[in-house]
This record gives sequence, C-alpha cells and structure tokens, in this order.
Amino acid sequence: MARSMLWIGAGITLAFVLIALLAPVIAPYDFDTFRANGHRFPQLAAPSWDHLMGTNVQSTDVLSRIIWGAQTELKVVIVSMVFSIGVGVPLGLLSGYFGGWLDRVLVLLMDALLVFPFLLLAIVIAFLLSDRVGQGIFTAAIAITVVYVPLYFRVVRNHTISIREEPFVEAARALGARPFTVIRKYVFFNVVQNVPPLATLNAADAILTLAALGFLGYGIQPTDGAEWGYDINRAVSDAASGIWWTGLFPGLAIVLLVTGLTLLGEGLNETINPVLRKRPKVKVDMSQPTSGTEPESR
Amino acid sequence: MPLDDVLVSIRGLKTYYSIRGSFASRIIGREAGHVRAVDDVSLELHRGEVLGLVGESGSGKTTLGRTILGLVAATEGSVQFEGREITKMNERELRRLRREMQVVFQDPHASLNPAMTVQQLVEHPLQIHKVGTRAERRSRVAETLSIVGLDPPEQFMEKYPADLSGGQKQRVVIARAIILNPVLLVADEPVSMLDMSVRAKILELMLYLKRQLNLTYLYITHDLATAKFFCDRIAILYLGRIVEIGPSEAIYADPKHPYTRALLRAIPNPDPRHAVPRDLPPGEVPDAARPPLGCSFHPRCPLAFEVCGWETRDLRDLLEARWAMQAQEDYEAEQALMGDLGALDEPASHVRLKAGSGRTGAEVVALLESIREKSPDAPFWKGIRQIAADGQFAELEWHEPIAPRPLDQGDTTVECHLYDEEALAEADRRRAEVTAVGV
Amino acid sequence: MTTTPVVSVRDLRVYYGTPRGTVRAVDRVSLDIGEGEVLGLVGESGCGKSTLGRGILGLLPEGAASDGEVIYGGKNLVGMNPKELRRLRGPDLGLIFQEPMTRLNPVMRIEDHFREALEQHEPNLTDREIRTRSLETLGQMGIPPTRFRQYPHEFSGGMRQRIMIALALVLRPKLLVADEPTTSLDVIVEAQILGILSDLRRNFGTALLLITHNLGIVAEACDRVAVMYAGQIAEEGDARDVFGEPAHPYTRELLRSTISLETDELHSIPGAPPNLIDPPNGCRFHPRCPSAMEVCASRDPVEQTLDEGRRVLCWLHGPDELIPEGGRDELEREEIAVAEEA
Repeated sequence: MARSMLWIGAGITLAFVLIALLAPVIAPYDFDTFRANGHRFPQLAAPSWDHLMGTNVQSTDVLSRIIWGAQTELKVVIVSMVFSIGVGVPLGLLSGYFGGWLDRVLVLLMDALLVFPFLLLAIVIAFLLSDRVGQGIFTAAIAITVVYVPLYFRVVRNHTISIREEPFVEAARALGARPFTVIRKYVFFNVVQNVPPLATLNAADAILTLAALGFLGYGIQPTDGAEWGYDINRAVSDAASGIWWTGLFPGLAIVLLVTGLTLLGEGLNETINPVLRKRPKVKVDMSQPTSGTEPESR
Repeated sequence: MPLDDVLVSIRGLKTYYSIRGSFASRIIGREAGHVRAVDDVSLELHRGEVLGLVGESGSGKTTLGRTILGLVAATEGSVQFEGREITKMNERELRRLRREMQVVFQDPHASLNPAMTVQQLVEHPLQIHKVGTRAERRSRVAETLSIVGLDPPEQFMEKYPADLSGGQKQRVVIARAIILNPVLLVADEPVSMLDMSVRAKILELMLYLKRQLNLTYLYITHDLATAKFFCDRIAILYLGRIVEIGPSEAIYADPKHPYTRALLRAIPNPDPRHAVPRDLPPGEVPDAARPPLGCSFHPRCPLAFEVCGWETRDLRDLLEARWAMQAQEDYEAEQALMGDLGALDEPASHVRLKAGSGRTGAEVVALLESIREKSPDAPFWKGIRQIAADGQFAELEWHEPIAPRPLDQGDTTVECHLYDEEALAEADRRRAEVTAVGV
Repeated sequence: MTTTPVVSVRDLRVYYGTPRGTVRAVDRVSLDIGEGEVLGLVGESGCGKSTLGRGILGLLPEGAASDGEVIYGGKNLVGMNPKELRRLRGPDLGLIFQEPMTRLNPVMRIEDHFREALEQHEPNLTDREIRTRSLETLGQMGIPPTRFRQYPHEFSGGMRQRIMIALALVLRPKLLVADEPTTSLDVIVEAQILGILSDLRRNFGTALLLITHNLGIVAEACDRVAVMYAGQIAEEGDARDVFGEPAHPYTRELLRSTISLETDELHSIPGAPPNLIDPPNGCRFHPRCPSAMEVCASRDPVEQTLDEGRRVLCWLHGPDELIPEGGRDELEREEIAVAEEA
C-alpha cells in the first residue's frame, strides 16, 4: 500500500517536474504570447487542434500557461522549501539541544506564527515585500517560507529534545565533544530523516498556498510568469457563461500535482517511519524439515 | 598507601537534583524539594585499583560516577582528579580533561550513534581532541579494535552498530573509551545488559586492558557477584551515602552493615542447594527526596534499635503491612478506628493522631498495644518512647534519631549504629528510661 | 512426574517469516507443565524462550505460523479460533511481562484495572465481591488496601510488578507464563518477587512457566527446568538434578559461565547462538560444544530419557546403535574467532 502510494506519487511528481524543466521545448507558445505569425489568437476559443486547451480572455494559449505554470510552481516551491528548511531545521536543532531561554523565545515566536491564519500571514508578507522586491517568484517564495518555518522548527525541535536524552549523546559529551560537534554528528543525522516526508507534504500545501495567493491577486504578477491560481481567478467570470476550459485545466493541474505530492509524502512517511511501517508479510513455510537430517526415531 | 598514589579524591561530595512537584506548584514556580542523589560522600580512588560502587537503583551510584566525570554538577564538596579540582572547572577545561577520564555506559546499543560506522565511532574521540593525521587515526582505530578483540578490524570498521551483537557493541564502546589512552575508566554497569555467556568475556577483556594500559577503574554495578570477582575495593551505597567500604575480601567474608548482608543474601545462586532467601528486608529503596530520619536503612533493617530514627512513616508502613494480610472486614474496622493517616506522612518523631469519627484515642492506643503484643521484639517497637491517649487523640513519641557516622572496623569503614559504642550506650540509657517510666 | 499436566506441548513449531528466510524460533518442542508446578525455561537470548512462552498462550505476532499441539483442558490451542482463545486468556492462561509500567494504563486507578479484568471474565460478581477478591489478591502480593485507589505512577517498580502479578492471579488462572518478570528490578526486590512466584502453588494452585536468562533464579524458584538452545529443548528435568549434574554440555557450559559469589575463575562459551534461519546441521550446539564428537556434526541428536524423567538431546547419551563407527571420535573443527562470539 505504502509502496504503491510512493510510486504513484513519485510518478505524478516526476511528470510535473519534467514538464516544468522542458517547458521551453514542449510548450506551443510562451506563457504571455497572444499572437503568432502576425495573427492575434481568438479570445476565449474552445479547445481545438490549434489550441488544445483553448484560449483565455487575454487570448493566450491555456495549454502553454499550464506548462509554464508548472515551472513557476516548481521554482517557488523549491525556493521556499530551501528557505524554510534552511531556517527551520537549524533553529529547531539549537532550540531543542540548548533549551533554556533561547528555546522559550523561539517556541513562543514560532507558536505565534503557527496560530496566525497562514494565508493571511502569507498575504501580509507578500504585501510587505512587494514594495521592496516586487511581486515576483522570490516574494511569493518568502511569503510561503514564513508559513512553513514553524512546522520544520517544531518537528526538528521535538525530535532533538528526545535525541538529546539518548545515551549516545551523553557518551559524546563524555568524549569531550563540543556542543556543535554533538549537534552536527550525533543529533542532526538522527533528526534529519523526518524532514523529507514533511517537506514533500509541505510542498503540496505550498502549491495550494501559492495558488490561493495568486487567486487573491497577491501572488506572482501576470507579467512575471504563468500561475495557475491567477488563471483560475480570471476564469471565474468565464464559468458563468459556459466557458469551462479556462478554469478546469489549471484547476486539474493543481489537484493532480497536489495529489501526487501528497501521495509521495505519505508514502515516504510510511516507508521511513518505522512505527507506521508494517512488517512485510512473508509466507512461512512449515513443511521444510527441521534440519539437514530427519530424526530417525521420535 | 602513599599520598601521590591517590588518583581521585572526593571530600564531602553532595549532588542534589531539584524536583518540580505537582502541577499547582509548577505554575507558582515553587520547587518541591531536592533529591539527594549523592549525600555527603568521601572516598579515594587509588591509581591502578578497581573500585566498585555497588547499590540498587536510587542509591546514587550512577550520579556519583557522573559527578566524578563532570557530567553532572556537584552541589557541594570537592572532587580532585590528580590534584585538580573538577567541581570548579568550566566546560572547556572539562573537555580537555576527557582525554584522561572515559566512561562505558550500561546499554551498548543506546550509547552508539546508529548513524555512524564503527570506524567513525571509534575515531571520533581522536578527531575531537585533534590527534594525528587521518591515516594515523585510521591505523590507531584498527589497532584499538584488535586490542578489544574485534579482529580482524577491517571486518568491522564499515559496519553500523545495528549489524553487531550486544557483546560486539560493548567492545566498540570500550574501544572508543580507551583510544585516547585515559587514566581512569568509569564503567557504569558494563555487562548488566549482556547475556550471561558474554559477561565473562567482557569482564575478562576489561581486566586485560587494565593490565595492558595501566587503567584505574570505577566499576558501578548493582551486582555483587561480578563486583566480587572484578574489584579490589568495594563501596556499598544506599540512598546517596556510603554505608560500607573496604577491601573486597573483607566485605564478602565479613559483611558488617545489615544492608550489605541483605544484598549478598539476595543474589540468585545457580547452586541447587540454594533456595529463595526468605528473610529479606521488606519494601524498596525509599524516595531520596524524603529520606527516612536517622539511618536511611532503618525501616528495612532487621537489627535496627532505639536510636536509628523511628518515625511517623514507619507507623504507616506497619499498619499497611498488617492490613495487607488481613481479611477485608478486619481491615475496614481498623481503618475506621485509625481515621485519616495523613498526619503520618510528615516525617517527625512525634505525632498526635486523631481517631476515626466517634472513636477515642484510648481505642487507638489499645489497638497499637495489641499489635505490639503479637511481636514485641519487632525493631519498630524499640523505637517507641511513649504512647498515650488524650481524648480523641493518640499521642506517639519516638526516640530522638541519631545520624550514623562512618566508623573504622578493621579494614572496612561502616556507617551503622551497631558498631557505635556511643549510640549503643545511648540506646541502653533510653531503654532503661522507658522501662522505668513504663509505657 | 506424578501430577497430571495442565498443559501438554507436543512437537510445537513456531516459525517467523522474514525477508531473509524463515526463522525457526521454536522447532519441535515437547513439554509438560504439571498442575501447580514451577517450570523454569532458560537459555541465552535468541534461543526462542519468549517465542515458546507466547506460542503456548497462542499470542504470536503477525507473520508467525505455528504447528503441533498445545493441549489445555482437552483442547488443542494451536489453530484454535482467536475468539475462543481470548476467552481462555485471563481465567485460564495468564501472562506477566518484563516491564510492568508499560502494561498498566497510566490514567486508570489500580481498582479500575481489577474491576475491568474481573467484570470481563466473571460478569456475575457484585461490587463487594470484586473488591474483596482484588484486595485479597493484592494483600497476598504485599500491596496494602489503602493504596487500592492510587494510580500506577504512584508505585515503585517492584510494587508495579506485584500489581501485575496480582492482576493475573485475581482471575485464578491454571497456568501463568512469566517472561523475565524480574529483569528490570533490583536484587532484593527481585528476590522478594521470586519468593512470591515460587509460592504460587501453595497460595493459588497456579502452574508457572518462568522464562529467564538467569540460572540462579531457576535454581532457587523452580521445581523443574527446561534448557533451551536454538529453538529446541536441550535438557529438561528436576531443577536440582539438572543443575547438580548437568547432562547436556550446553547446560554445563551455561552454569560455568554464570558469575556467582562462588565464581573464582571466569569462563565463557565460545561463539554465539546460531542464526535460526539456517541452523547448523546435526546437533545445533556442536560448533560451540567442547565435547562435540564426529556424529554431532552430521546427525540430529535423538532425545534420550535418563533417570527420573530427565530428557536430554545429546549424542553423549546415545543411543549407541545410531552412532556410526568412529562417530564418537572428537570432532575436528576450526577455532571460533573471538570476533564472532561476543
């Protein structure tokens, strides 16, 4: 079960990654192209051989926007994951290992971030940053990072606290190791294995957050890149007049990628976490003889 | 022994842990008290000897070991290692000291980082203390693994702890401990997690290493059988105090303290002529946060007498032990008579007990006297100075406790009133006084 | 043995499936436990002691298969349906574990633990009867009635183990399996608990299977002993006889390697118990056996019955007619490397 989840999730995720990487090659047009060969594309054209997923109100090709959108999603997710892991994991390690006032302050701060409605938080950050760095991929990524740092912090900190009590950590102290050596060589490796499944699940969540930001108009500027949430926003009024393709395809893309990442994350979680993992059932062969030679009398 | 032979000298060492009590007191931020894990211990560890610290869980043996290593801060007193005061050292000075004193913990599985290979584990102390080049360190690791019996070393260096058996893991732990050429090795129950058939091998290895590397051992254990074989001197710990210390032969041939005798009797013996010992001290090691008055061992001691520190909680134990054996009706009747025993929770040599509702102090006294008649020689009754009824109350007074002090008895030093002439004389005086007054 | 057995184990096999192959944890074990008898089961870790104890109670983990007979009250517990088996567990068959704290529910009072156990198996008891029965059993374990309404965390380790034993005994089982019940306890408390366990017969008429790696415990608390090695019973008989004069070299070597107050020379058995996926041919102990003969390496030993019902699985005791010519010659073999033993 876990294994099939893992493989299906990995397959879907990989497909999107490939689409994103190969966007310049496979996308029929650029994400903001509305004319080709001197002709402007028709507005809101239904899917046809010219435009497989139709065109939208700005005459751009929906399929191309989906494909370029995958690249945007990937960039934002990667940048935000790198930032949130890069900040959350070290803070969690320090806070958990040293405890004391550092721990108290950080826990308070992170809890405050955690209880803040995440979307509102992301919007506020995006709003604050948009004045300075503009509404690009970087801004969206930072806005999402702030939402996810507390999650990594919590998981890593709690795990660090339990690892800190392990005898091998005390043994390392008894060897004369400095605190940072202990954290690096003894705590880190035992804590870090929780991160990949969490990161994958968070990536799925981050896609939804990015889409929500885009939908609300705080995401990536339409001139900076294609973004599915923004497209869905623009498609809202189309739906009333029976134009389904402008909203359906970006929506499907979001659902599919999020499902893929979730399956991958849950699969990883069950494979890595021994508590959730069930022993593989192996058929027991009772028929084999007791030993090389059969007892002659019994 | 000449003075320069002393490797570790401990004087009046106390290590207390503060405990946080109930939820309410935690909210207020009030500390509920201290656990006296190590309570005024003095001893000397001589170069080249094996000193055993023997005691049950809660005896403070592990904390004492950790305090000597500087892993736990001492509350009071001094620990000198080769003349250097450890209790005053900061983290950096202590880290430097780790080259000279090393430790082997009880659980070999838990004390090895599962994410490191044998090579990395054993090499790490060298890296920490910046010894040698990479190649030098590697050959030193191989050499050390051979010494501890993991031979050929190449077969083990790339393995992870999970791939090793319990005995092999403990060998890795020992290799890691000796690779820096320490002077002192603290071994905290190094064989108690291992199978019987492996214990002998690890102990043999440790004895071999001691001869080869001129090590001094502090052997912490609950097992008097391995200690007998392994140690030159033995200190018996009970509730944070050394109750008896002396050369192994003397301790085993002629145990002085009643607790040492009980420990020796309790060891299971595969000799078919042995049966389960029946005359064991009742109960378990008490809470170190609220130790018994006087001698800590007195509530369980078959030989305790007037001055040993009898008190309120001993009466509670007496009643509860009696009720455990009684039919339900008898117990319920007596409990109704005794009323609330809450007054007995506060340690004191004097108590006013309120009888159950509608009952009188005289009835309580009568019950206590009837209990005394059944076994008048039980140590508890020796401790009673006076029982009197006063309306609704029963008033009990015990003899003033005297704290035991270390006494030299031949080669051993023992902390027990049985060997204290003054305490014995005082007990006689008090006994005479009680008889004269009549209870 | 004179009494009728409570449980008769015949040719019991318990195998585990693992990705690396089938582990034959218990391999054709036959054993009787008499009424009110204390039977010790000893051996190194990894010899199948715990699996045998659980196999007798039908408490096997997923992925294990068993075969053979465990006859209790005229019925075979092997292959019995789980519902019927569950009804037997408690009132007929009890189990005591090594770590008592993990088996007591921390948010339930001691009283509630007893109430639950009794209500489940004897629904007709009144409240008063439940209380009387529980207090009586606890009292025999030395737990005073004043502590009946306390929570598990308010008790010391030894007291918790006493409570666990009382909780098993309050249902008056015919057989109790105790798996290393004293391993995590202090010496004096251990001796106290062993005293209680060896008195079970007198006080409750309960038979006890005491699983332990400590031979001293068996010698002191048990009537009979079964020595287990690599999934098989190497030797079984009266505890005094077996320890006084071991018939199997494994028993002898185990006794010699035990460190007691009388030990003046350390001794150990070379090597380690074999991997039970692919145990050695012939006698499973032969690679470590100082008395091994040529025949031991090639043929499975045949169980021999000696005096007074002592059973032993070792070629040293014959039968002579099955030992081929030259079979009694000393076995030549390679030295066991130190590295492989610990």
